[in-house]
Amino acid sequence: MNILSLFILIPLLTIIAIMFTSNMKQTRIVSAVGMGIQLILAGILVYLYLSERNAGNMDAMLFYYDAVWFPTLNIHYTIGVDGISVAMIALTSIVVFAGIFASWMVDFLYREFFISLILLASGVFGFFISLDIFTMFLFYELAVIPMYLLIGLWGSGPKEYSAMKLTLMLMAGSALLFVAILGIYFYSAPAGSQLTFNLLEIAKNHIPIEMQRFLFPFAFIGFGVLGALFPFHTWSPDGHASAPTAVSMLHAGVLMKLGGYGVFRVAIYLMPEAAHEQAWIFLILTGISVVYGAFGAVVQKDLKYINAYSSVSHCGLVLFAILMMNQTAMNGAVIQMISHGLMTALFFALIGMIYGRTHTRLINEMGGLMKVMPFLGVVYVIAGLASLGLPGLSGFVAEMTIFVGSFQHTDTFHRVLTIVAASSIVITAVYILRVVGTLLFGPIKNDHFLHLKDAMWFERLSTLTLLIAIAAIGMAPLWLSNMINFSLGPIVEKINGVATVAGLF
Amino acid sequence: MSIYDFLTMRHELILTALVLLVLIIDLNLKQSQKHRIIPIAIGLFFIHTVVGFLPAQTGVLFGGMYHTDGLTILMKNILNVGVLIILFQSTTWLNKEENGEKISEFFILLLSTLVGMNFMISSGDFLMLYLGLELATIPMAALAAYTHHQTRSAEAGIKLILSSALSSGILLFGLSLIYGSTGSIYFDTVGALYSNTPMQVLAFIFFFTGMAFKISLVPFHLWTADVYEGSPVNVTSYFSVISKGASAFILIMVMYTVFHSIAYLWKDIVYLIAVMTMTIGNLFALRQKNMKRFLAFSSIAQAGFIMLGIIGGNKIGMTATVYFVLVYIFSNLGAFGVISAISAKTGKESMDDYDGLYATNPKLSLLMTLSVFSLAGIPPVAGFFGKFFLFTSAASGGYYWLVFIAVLNATISLYYYLLVVKAMFINKNDEPIAFFNSDTMTKIGLFACALGIFVIGFWSQVYEFIDAVTFAIVN
Repeated sequence: MNILSLFILIPLLTIIAIMFTSNMKQTRIVSAVGMGIQLILAGILVYLYLSERNAGNMDAMLFYYDAVWFPTLNIHYTIGVDGISVAMIALTSIVVFAGIFASWMVDFLYREFFISLILLASGVFGFFISLDIFTMFLFYELAVIPMYLLIGLWGSGPKEYSAMKLTLMLMAGSALLFVAILGIYFYSAPAGSQLTFNLLEIAKNHIPIEMQRFLFPFAFIGFGVLGALFPFHTWSPDGHASAPTAVSMLHAGVLMKLGGYGVFRVAIYLMPEAAHEQAWIFLILTGISVVYGAFGAVVQKDLKYINAYSSVSHCGLVLFAILMMNQTAMNGAVIQMISHGLMTALFFALIGMIYGRTHTRLINEMGGLMKVMPFLGVVYVIAGLASLGLPGLSGFVAEMTIFVGSFQHTDTFHRVLTIVAASSIVITAVYILRVVGTLLFGPIKNDHFLHLKDAMWFERLSTLTLLIAIAAIGMAPLWLSNMINFSLGPIVEKINGVATVAGLF
Repeated sequence: MSIYDFLTMRHELILTALVLLVLIIDLNLKQSQKHRIIPIAIGLFFIHTVVGFLPAQTGVLFGGMYHTDGLTILMKNILNVGVLIILFQSTTWLNKEENGEKISEFFILLLSTLVGMNFMISSGDFLMLYLGLELATIPMAALAAYTHHQTRSAEAGIKLILSSALSSGILLFGLSLIYGSTGSIYFDTVGALYSNTPMQVLAFIFFFTGMAFKISLVPFHLWTADVYEGSPVNVTSYFSVISKGASAFILIMVMYTVFHSIAYLWKDIVYLIAVMTMTIGNLFALRQKNMKRFLAFSSIAQAGFIMLGIIGGNKIGMTATVYFVLVYIFSNLGAFGVISAISAKTGKESMDDYDGLYATNPKLSLLMTLSVFSLAGIPPVAGFFGKFFLFTSAASGGYYWLVFIAVLNATISLYYYLLVVKAMFINKNDEPIAFFNSDTMTKIGLFACALGIFVIGFWSQVYEFIDAVTFAIVN
């Protein structure tokens, strides 16, 4: 059996196993074991992938498997991974694993909670391994829909409103995507030959430029909605703020990356000419996302809203870098996806843990928490530093690569935009440091906080998993960067039609 | 023509015999034993459904008035499966005291309309089509008024018969114009002679209008909501699934074979009608509080989606339409099955009554969730595949904007489908519907739907099987 199919099979088996559990303890253990296996599997996948590459396997996609599903429409179950998908899969399994432990104490309808959560994860895994746009789209929607119940049932605040808003906006995005996918399908092969949904096959064919012009906005905005593209980002703050901890983690950490991944796998890769023509519009929009998101975070008072707006900013940066369409920037985009995924998941986990103790998320009601919960405090500071791009942590590698890559463009338009986007680093520092300052240091504002306990073992496990990954990328970015670069090379070549300069590392 | 040739009409003959058999058995049952007809009739119909799947003779009878081929047999089998599920689901309701004396009438009326639909699907000329249509319509009005002691049910019956009579009249007028201008009523001859003279275009419009009444396309949908609301739940599900499916089948076959020469013309009409039907159906569904009325409007919107398969005009279009109807049968019957189970036990039909249902009746809630997700076209359930293929066929004709409008409509529809999910899972209720156990027959009917919703999508052979018998627009 293909190792990649296991990534869908294990979550499904875990779900079935959860159905047969009889109490909360069993459910938690089954979920943790299932996702633990998934995490180990992801480790094995990374190892296998690297050893294949070292052995000189130059195929675009490894572990390729293809089975016909609907012969008449030529829909296949085609799976395969390159360096980028491997990295995304590793990210997903880390975040899901941490998410399970972050929701260790969920006791209301616990079985349903873990089933929905793992169903969401299986959609994400399926999306990253698919090479057939039909299956890709199927998994994409599968990942979106459990969100409704997850937020609506286990969320907080105006959860029903947020859940509905998020679901409908994302589904409207996938409506756009749907049109793009059908359009791509009907121009996937030269006239008269068998049409296909296979990404690799479509890439060999040239979609007529008029169709590209028509379809590219559909594909880009379709995925962009999930990637928090301005002005379609408004679901994100509400959704993230209302969602339960693990769901915020998974959603901001992984699901939003589906947008970035899809944009370059489908939109830009298959329709490069239109991408070049229309990039300026979307560069401006993503530029606004980056700066506006950061400013939005500055004025928020609720911890989750702050982090949600910061996600808009960081995910905007991913799309921004992808639109630069050179190897360095795109490499940075992928690293940013992973780095932000880990960071934001860590943030949301911490916020959930703090909220679970203080029962408030408003920063001006809290203070001096470092004294009462040093473990959580320290981790929060580290996460904050990673977010504002301190060298040695993952954020620095990502942002540095992105801005260097973006600045490789010599024209004024790109350079001005790069400078504007780079200003977000400063704004990020403002809101991160402000939060860290008020939240963790200073006097304790509420006597009730004095009796709070520090992190429990499962919370430590959850945060440490993420923290280790962040530090690992920050200290040794080379292996990740190489893995991505190798796979990015041919893609960038196709996009630009010419060989490009070597990457930063 | 030998006696064996009549075996070509196997579906219709067995069904007619079945109707008579039910009538005779019912006559021999004592007053206190009338309910025994339920298992007997369902058992007989089950056998009929199974027999329908056996290899069958194909061919033409009565000089071309009647024909069967792989496609018509498939369509009849799909309808049979749907009816079988409805019969299973209606047992709880039929067993109620108030229906004591007229149980057999339910079966007789229902199965007679099914005979009419079978003839309609197999028709080779407009006369047979019209006969089938009438046979399928008139008993339906009696079904709508089945619980005639209730004003609303009686009103539904009258509304249905009046609007059906009007639409039949319009249809018949179209047919007379067709006959007048081509001198024939046979599909083949008419198809060969048809062109775009004003009279023939007018004739087509009249014909299409008549059919649009049956499928309840906007702006000919006004009867739908009241009739659906007034009729007993299981009759409503029959209207919205079987009757609509059969009309969609016959419409696409006639459009593809008879009116192929003016396809460029009817595509514009279908485009417009599809957009109106989807949008108006959806917008009205948003505000409904009664579950039956709600599903009535959602089924109008679904009929708009079916138009996207017709507009494709190619093989994908017809396959997708038949496939969509099959999926639609399972998903809609899933939803109606839950409503009927709850309505039969508690009499509650309002959406507010469903608040907190998951806490008391988790299985019913899950089936309802699956069904509405399937209706909304959410993966991994079958509805996703049905919608995807329908939209693919429209896109293959280059109708990208229509597809976009349709998917946006699907998103709107997701809103009100999620309202049902929200009611069951999220809303709090002080007096939720208490836990109850349905009888075995109903459970089978519900389980069949759940199975269908899960399996049909992934099991690609279903699609391939349909694709093997469908055809593209004749050129």
